Amino acid sequence: MSAAMRRRAVLALPYLWLVLFFLVPFLIALKISVADSVIGIPPYSPLVEAGAQGWHLHLSADSYDRLASDDLYALAYLNAVEFAAVSTVFCLLLGYPLAYGIVRAPQRRRSLLLLLVILPFWTSFLIRVYAWIGLLNGNGVINSALLALGIIHQPLSLLNNAFAVYVGIVYSYLPFMVLPLYAQLEKLDPALLEAAADLGCRPWQAFCRVTLPLSLPGIAAGALLVFIPAVGEFVIPDLLGGPNTLMIGKVLWDEFFANHDWPMAAAVAIAMLVVLVVPMGLIRRLLQGETA
Amino acid sequence: MIAPAATRPAPQASYLRIEGVAKRFAPGVPAAVDGVSLDIAAGEFFALLGPSGCGKTTLLRMLAGFETPDEGRILIDGVDMAGVPPYRRPVNMMFQSYALFPHMTAAANVGFGLKQDGVPAAEREARVAAMLDLVKLARLAGRKPHQLSGGERQRVALARALAQEPKLVLLDEPLAALDRKLREETRFELVRIQQRVGITFLMVTHDQEEAMSMASRIAVMAQGRIVQLGTPQEIYETPANRFVADFIGGVNLFEGRVLRAQGGLLEVECAEAGTTLFVEHGALPAGSAVAVAVRPEKLVLAPPAGAVNRLQGRVRGAAYRGEASTYEVELAGGKLLRVTLVNAARRAPPYGAGEAVALAFAPAAAVVLAP
Repeated sequence: MSAAMRRRAVLALPYLWLVLFFLVPFLIALKISVADSVIGIPPYSPLVEAGAQGWHLHLSADSYDRLASDDLYALAYLNAVEFAAVSTVFCLLLGYPLAYGIVRAPQRRRSLLLLLVILPFWTSFLIRVYAWIGLLNGNGVINSALLALGIIHQPLSLLNNAFAVYVGIVYSYLPFMVLPLYAQLEKLDPALLEAAADLGCRPWQAFCRVTLPLSLPGIAAGALLVFIPAVGEFVIPDLLGGPNTLMIGKVLWDEFFANHDWPMAAAVAIAMLVVLVVPMGLIRRLLQGETA
Repeated sequence: MIAPAATRPAPQASYLRIEGVAKRFAPGVPAAVDGVSLDIAAGEFFALLGPSGCGKTTLLRMLAGFETPDEGRILIDGVDMAGVPPYRRPVNMMFQSYALFPHMTAAANVGFGLKQDGVPAAEREARVAAMLDLVKLARLAGRKPHQLSGGERQRVALARALAQEPKLVLLDEPLAALDRKLREETRFELVRIQQRVGITFLMVTHDQEEAMSMASRIAVMAQGRIVQLGTPQEIYETPANRFVADFIGGVNLFEGRVLRAQGGLLEVECAEAGTTLFVEHGALPAGSAVAVAVRPEKLVLAPPAGAVNRLQGRVRGAAYRGEASTYEVELAGGKLLRVTLVNAARRAPPYGAGEAVALAFAPAAAVVLAP
């Protein structure tokens, strides 16, 4: 095998992976989204039907029509994007100082601190979200403590609202913000900060003019890693958000499991992909402008 | 070499004054800088020369404000720098790694400090253009550091260090990252620029040739102390001790004992040389243990008969270096000497391995070092 062929073979592997596990499922979802919901197994009409005039393609825009006409979906998308965007900002505000602190910590303590960031992953995500119910409940740990200390006289309503969803998302996705930021900040040459100080920058000015712009790729990577899964998040709003929290992930779940409307669920999923591709493209363009 | 040290005015008023500065990084370890005092005049090109770990970089970082001295004072133009943070010192540094901001163009790097100082945009642009012109990089102003060669990056770093017109420019191994040919060209360039801007330069280097060819004065450092201070010529021709003699250029050392002093000559009994050596030197008491140091280029091969300090040996090997050849000569007692001979004529090296040779040096060509 020639070197060029070997190179192509190596490159073919990730492509093969993407085609098998991303493109093919995507096309299947696309196919289901243009079918009609029927009672049966599978619960949707076939793409190609044999009729009296021979084979013909069966395409239906019903699901997309409903998606566009029913405000519920638009609202759910907007809510999900808002939840995800605000949570991403909070993750950044918490994660940046955390990552910065770890980078600045003495070498021997750094791996321990990183381990602490990753430690929650050793427990099931679901269990950790349930644990928050115990913390945020009307008679949960936080309320009990505040009552006992006499700071409040009535339990705060911390659960089954937007606040709880934010707490859940920020808590769950914080490591995805910290790790890429850490990787980026760790690469920063300390001599650059000395150079900035030498040229007249106070520490916070050096941060604004050197550290922050040079950590943009890490911020972008962390923001995408938080934002994308947060938009489609189902478990957190379902468990912590209560019945009034409307997020697209929950709508999708309901269409699929409660209504058994596979075409509608598929259409919701396809639309969500489109909703996510736009911010990703924007961030990519922003970064390319930065490094050009 | 570039600016003969002897023709330069001797330093007058002290511009940078270092008084008994010491720095210890941890208790129990030897001090990195151990009581250094120096006076550097305005407009001087000064070099701190020494092997790695001698404390020269620590001293430089204390001048920039990145390290705080444990003892002593640093005064720049009469102002005590104690407690003055790096961003308020009238000092700019050219970092060994250059430390250029990778997200900024060459022009933005050079203008970084001016922008921080709040210099208006028009004035800033003019100044950046002038600086880039000075280092001959005007046409690359819009490039980012990763689009520049090593030599170009070095010049951006220099322009950046000069842009704010500091009172003192610190250069940390300014040429170390360049390849040999570029390094030699850049020496001249750096001296030319320093003379044009007239700013005081303080360079740190481990390369004696670099220090000697660029600086007007040199402080040789070892183990946190200054072991000799002088012009390049003083340091090369009259090293103060064995360390300096050995560190600056090659040297042949003969261990011996003073027999007597007579008429400005010292007679040294030397078993290694197999003869008594005569060296121009002030009187020393008879019996003092001394070393006679002779530079390889000051030894003469095949001297006329009857020459003083005449030695007999055999050529062990020769290294042809183009402009000169270095011979290794073994004396009868086994002592190895290095002799450098300029290859003045286009022919094969005149001496081959195994050949018996006579060599000698003039009494004025050697230096007596106390042990």
